[in-house]
Amino acid sequence: MTNYLVAEKICKNFDNFTALNDVSISIPKKSIFGLLGPNGAGKTTLIRIVNQITMPDSGKIYLDGKLLHPNDVGKIGYLPEERGLYKSMKVGEQALYLARLKGLSKAEAKERLEYWFKKLGITHWWDKKIQELSKGMAQKVQFVITVLHQPKLLIFDEPFSGFDPVNAEIIKNEILQLRDEGATILFSTHRMESVEELCEYMALIHEGNKLLDGKVADIKREYKSNTFEVGLTAEDETALLKELTANFSVGKANFKSITKDLKLSIQIKPEESPNDLLLYLLSKARVNHFVEVIPSVNDIFIKTVTHNA
Amino acid sequence: MHNLKLIIQREYKARVRNKTFIVMTFLSPLILVGMMMLVAYLATLNNSEKHSIAINDLSGIFQNEFKNTDGIKFIDLSSIPLEDAKKLVLEKEYYGLLHIPEMDDNFELARSVRFFAKESPSLDILQHMEQILTVRLNTRELISRGVDISKIKSAETPVNIQIQNFEGVRTSKMSNYVKMFFGGAAGYLLMMFIIIYGNMVMRSVIEEKTNRIIEIIVSSVKPIHLMLGKILGTSLAGITQFAIWVVLGGILLFLAASITGMDLISAPPSHAQKGLEQMSSNEMQQLIMDISNLPIGSLIIAFLGYFIGGYFLYSAIYAAIGAAVDSETDTQQFMFPIILPLMLGIYVGFFTVIENPHGTVATIFSMIPLTSPIVMLMRIPFGVPWWELLISFLILMITNFGVLWLAAKIYRVGILMYGKKPTYKELYKWLKY
Repeated sequence: MTNYLVAEKICKNFDNFTALNDVSISIPKKSIFGLLGPNGAGKTTLIRIVNQITMPDSGKIYLDGKLLHPNDVGKIGYLPEERGLYKSMKVGEQALYLARLKGLSKAEAKERLEYWFKKLGITHWWDKKIQELSKGMAQKVQFVITVLHQPKLLIFDEPFSGFDPVNAEIIKNEILQLRDEGATILFSTHRMESVEELCEYMALIHEGNKLLDGKVADIKREYKSNTFEVGLTAEDETALLKELTANFSVGKANFKSITKDLKLSIQIKPEESPNDLLLYLLSKARVNHFVEVIPSVNDIFIKTVTHNA
Repeated sequence: MHNLKLIIQREYKARVRNKTFIVMTFLSPLILVGMMMLVAYLATLNNSEKHSIAINDLSGIFQNEFKNTDGIKFIDLSSIPLEDAKKLVLEKEYYGLLHIPEMDDNFELARSVRFFAKESPSLDILQHMEQILTVRLNTRELISRGVDISKIKSAETPVNIQIQNFEGVRTSKMSNYVKMFFGGAAGYLLMMFIIIYGNMVMRSVIEEKTNRIIEIIVSSVKPIHLMLGKILGTSLAGITQFAIWVVLGGILLFLAASITGMDLISAPPSHAQKGLEQMSSNEMQQLIMDISNLPIGSLIIAFLGYFIGGYFLYSAIYAAIGAAVDSETDTQQFMFPIILPLMLGIYVGFFTVIENPHGTVATIFSMIPLTSPIVMLMRIPFGVPWWELLISFLILMITNFGVLWLAAKIYRVGILMYGKKPTYKELYKWLKY
C-alpha cells in the first residue's frame, strides 16, 4: 500500500509562535484520513501548507511519491473552513470561473457542472446570485466546486458544518463514493462522530505537535482499558457486588436496558481473558449484558489532549 | 499566465457590471457638464450687474474722462456740493460716490480724492478709477512743468520681446502657459486616476476577504497573480470608464453649447483666457505653432510610461492595504502614506515646476518615485534632458518591483488574516513570514 500524500517533518513558526513542530503524516491512497486537534492546534496551517498557500519553514511534502510542485493545484481539491463565494456573482458563472482556475477548459467545466448540479438537484440555481441562496445551499455549491476537477486528493475542513442532517448525509455519501472512485481524502474536523464513521486513519495534533497517528482501529485497540460493561441479575445483589469488588476493579456503568440490572463496569488485567470473567460471572448471576468498552475517538481525543496540556 | 487572464477577465466583468459603476459612468459627465453650465450661467449673471457711480468732480479736470464701461455707469454730479451729492447717492442707492476736491497742487489733489460707499467697493472698480485719475493727473503735472505732451506721445515705443530658442524656433509668451496646461492636466489626471481606481482595487480585495472566498482562490492561483490580476482588471475597467467619460462628456458639452448658445469653455474667466483675448491673430497663430511644437511624441510615450508606472506603484500599495484590513473603515490609518506623496506631488508641481521647471526642488521631486510620476509629467513639456528622464524612470521601475514584491508579501499573509486591525509593526513582521 502506497501513500498518496506524505508530509515530512513540517515546521512552521509565526513570529514567536510555533504553529507546527516537526509534524509528519502519511495518507495512504484511496483512504479517508481524519486530522484532529483542538482549536489552534495547527490543523489549518498544515492544510494550507499542503495547498501551497503557506510555505513551511522546513520540511517536505510529497504528492504521489513526488515532491509537491506548484502545478499540482489541479490534483488537489480544497474546501476550506473559512469558505465563501462572490456574493453578487451568479452561481454558474462563479463555478465556471473557479473550475477554470483549476485548469479545466470552459466546455469541460460546464459539462461536469451540469452533471453535478443535476446529481444534487440544484440545476435551477445556475442563474441565481449567491446572496439569494441560504448558507447550506451555498455550501452545496462549494462542495461541487471542490470536487469538480476530479482531484486525486480532496481536503475537507469541517465539511458538514452548516448542513442540515439530510444534506449532511447526502454529502457524506458523495464523499464515500469519491473515495471508492479512487480519491484520497483528508478530513479536518472537531466532529468526532464523523471521524468514527468515515475515517480509516487519523492523526491528532495539539499545540503544533503530533500526538497520535495511525489506523483508527489500531489506536482504539491501544487505548482500550480491558473494561467490560456488564448487566447482571442476582438474588443478593449487595453480596455479589461485595465479592466482585474484592476481585476486580469495579465501577458503576450507565447503559440502557429493559431489565432492572446491576450495571457495572469491570476492568480486568491485560493478561486476563474476558472469557474467564464471563465464566466467573455466569456462575454467580444471570448475565444480560456483556460488552467490551471500546474507547470512542472522542474519549481518545479528550484523554490525549488533557493529558498533554 | 492562463489564470492571470481569467482573473483579469473576472475582475473586469465584476467592475463593469457593478450598478454603481454603470450609474457613475453615465451620470458623471452629465453632472460635470451641468455644473459647467451652471457656473457659466452664474458668471454671466454676475457680469450683467451694472454699478452706478456718481462723480462729484469739483476740480473740473476730469470732465469726460470717466466713460461708461460694461460694468460701470458714471453719473456726473459735479454741479452740486458734496453733501447734497451724498444725500442723492444714498437716496438713489448708487454704488458709490467719487469726490474730487478742487486743488492746484496735483500731489495734494491725488491724496485728497475720496470714494464714499456703503459696502467696501470691488477692487476692479477702484483700480479702474485710480487708473483714470493717475493718467489724467500725470499729464496735468507734466504740462504744468512745461513738457510737450504731443512729443511724449509720439516718442512712445511699444516693446514686444520675441522669444526664440537657440535652434531659432520662435515661441511666444503663451508657450509657457501651454506647457503648464498640458503638464498640469496630465499630472492631475494621474492623481485622480490613482485615487479613484486605487480605491477600487482596495475595495475589491476587501470584498474577497469579507466574502471568505479568498482561501478557495489562493488554493488555485498564486497570491501575486491574484493581486496583479486585480490591479490590471480594475485598471482596464477604469480606462473604459475614462474613455466613456471623455466621449460622452465631449458630446454633452457640444450639445449643451449649441443648445444654449453659450461659449461654455471660455465662460469662466481665467488668466489664460484674458491672455487669449488680448492676443493678436499673429499671436494666435503662434499659439497653434507652440502646441504643435511641443514634443508630442515623447510626451505621449512619457505620459504612458509614468501613468502606468505611477498607477501600478500606488495600486500595489492599495492592494496591500486592502489585504491587511477587514473592512473599509479600518483603512484610514493607512491612507495617509498614499495621499501625502500624491498631494506633495501636485503642490510641488503647481508651485515649483511653474516657477522654475528645472530648479533643484522640481528636479529632486521628479526623481523620488512616489512623486516622480506627477512632477515629471508636469516637467516634460518644458523639455527634460533624456538622461534625467531615464534615471527617474529607472528609479520608478525599480521601486515598482520592490513595492510589488513587498505588497505581494503583505497581501499573501493579510488575505488569510481575520479579526484584528493590524499595526504597522505587524505589517513589518508579515514581511518575514
